[in-house]
Amino acid sequence: MNEWNPFRPVAAGTNPANDTPAYRSTALRHPAAPLVKIPQTITEISGPRFSPVHFPPMSDLSTVNGRAALGERIIVAGTVTDEDGRPVPNTMIEIWQANAAGRYDHERDQHDAPLDPNFHGEGRVFTDGEGAYRFTSVKPGSYPWRNHPNAWRPNHIHFSLFGPGFATRLITQMYFPGDPLLDLDPIYLAVPAGARGRLISRFDLSLTAPEWALGYRFDFVLRGRGATPMEAG
Amino acid sequence: MKGVTPSQTIGPYWHLIGHEEWADLTRFGATGERITLSGRIVDGEGLPVTDAAVEIWQADPPADERFPAYGRSATDGEGSFRFTTIKPGPVPGRGNSLQAPHLALTVMARGLLVGLVTRVYFAGEALNDTDPVLTAIEPAPRRATLIAVPDGPGAWRLDIRLQGRDETVFLEV
Repeated sequence: MNEWNPFRPVAAGTNPANDTPAYRSTALRHPAAPLVKIPQTITEISGPRFSPVHFPPMSDLSTVNGRAALGERIIVAGTVTDEDGRPVPNTMIEIWQANAAGRYDHERDQHDAPLDPNFHGEGRVFTDGEGAYRFTSVKPGSYPWRNHPNAWRPNHIHFSLFGPGFATRLITQMYFPGDPLLDLDPIYLAVPAGARGRLISRFDLSLTAPEWALGYRFDFVLRGRGATPMEAG
Repeated sequence: MKGVTPSQTIGPYWHLIGHEEWADLTRFGATGERITLSGRIVDGEGLPVTDAAVEIWQADPPADERFPAYGRSATDGEGSFRFTTIKPGPVPGRGNSLQAPHLALTVMARGLLVGLVTRVYFAGEALNDTDPVLTAIEPAPRRATLIAVPDGPGAWRLDIRLQGRDETVFLEV
């Protein structure tokens, strides 16, 4: 097992299909032709390395200039590992989310909910040597979108992960346990039923900070490397 | 084995993590042949995709360790992206083979539940004729959807069609 072993294919039943009619924006954006499967080469097996020097961490989304954002303060923490449970150390995680009222600090978000001058909604953390990460934020609100009549997104936080290779790039969303909107959300429901639960964080009393913040645990699992090195010849 | 975390769309608000300077891979300093790579992304009706995140990655060993070899560009109101980078050289393929100079490119956007991966090759490179990925694409005329063309001095262009006629070839890696 070494850094030149290709990554295993993503197991069937993991990812949503890009052709998902219930999510209307997919209609004109999904390729009609099947993807062309290629053998992994150095391009797919290696990947970018990010240094905190050039990409400074921002692990507290819950304040701006020392002033506290409105909403329920939360600590989100977990690990990044591969399928075999091996930690992915020193990898960059990007975070973005709506404020507690369900509004993004983004010019294209015209939802009639207030912006919060003390909440911007961008974060960036790196896993430590054991693959663990942690940040502080406020619980994002749900918000309406026009996908179907009276459509509301469940509370969610967006994540971008790189992992050890180009092939491990992951964009995903973390949801909250018990959200009644999950069963109505075409983006969440696009994930095969057996894998959906992986997107739901769990409340973790041990992560809470008494008198200060609630805590949710969310572990990321990236593709693991296969046992066979890149084929020679 | 643990189950891999499923992909979700990057959505329309990813610009919260967007930083324009990331589209210039030479911003920390770099040595080599500086080029721009630009293009326009359209959907199945030919309309511009104005909210996409486009990322490039080039695996050739960086001549300069300041070079991140990775960049991200937001498409603008016309659906156009633009990078400044160093033109990649050939990289090893399987066995003793060489791959033609190329970049990996990913398109992420609202309406894409999984990012779309393709490659950018450069017109006129002799190795294009033997590149293992390019030559595996059938029918052969579709290979042109991965080959950037000159667009002025030091400038290269590759347009991307997500769906329909002349659809870009997307890869499963």
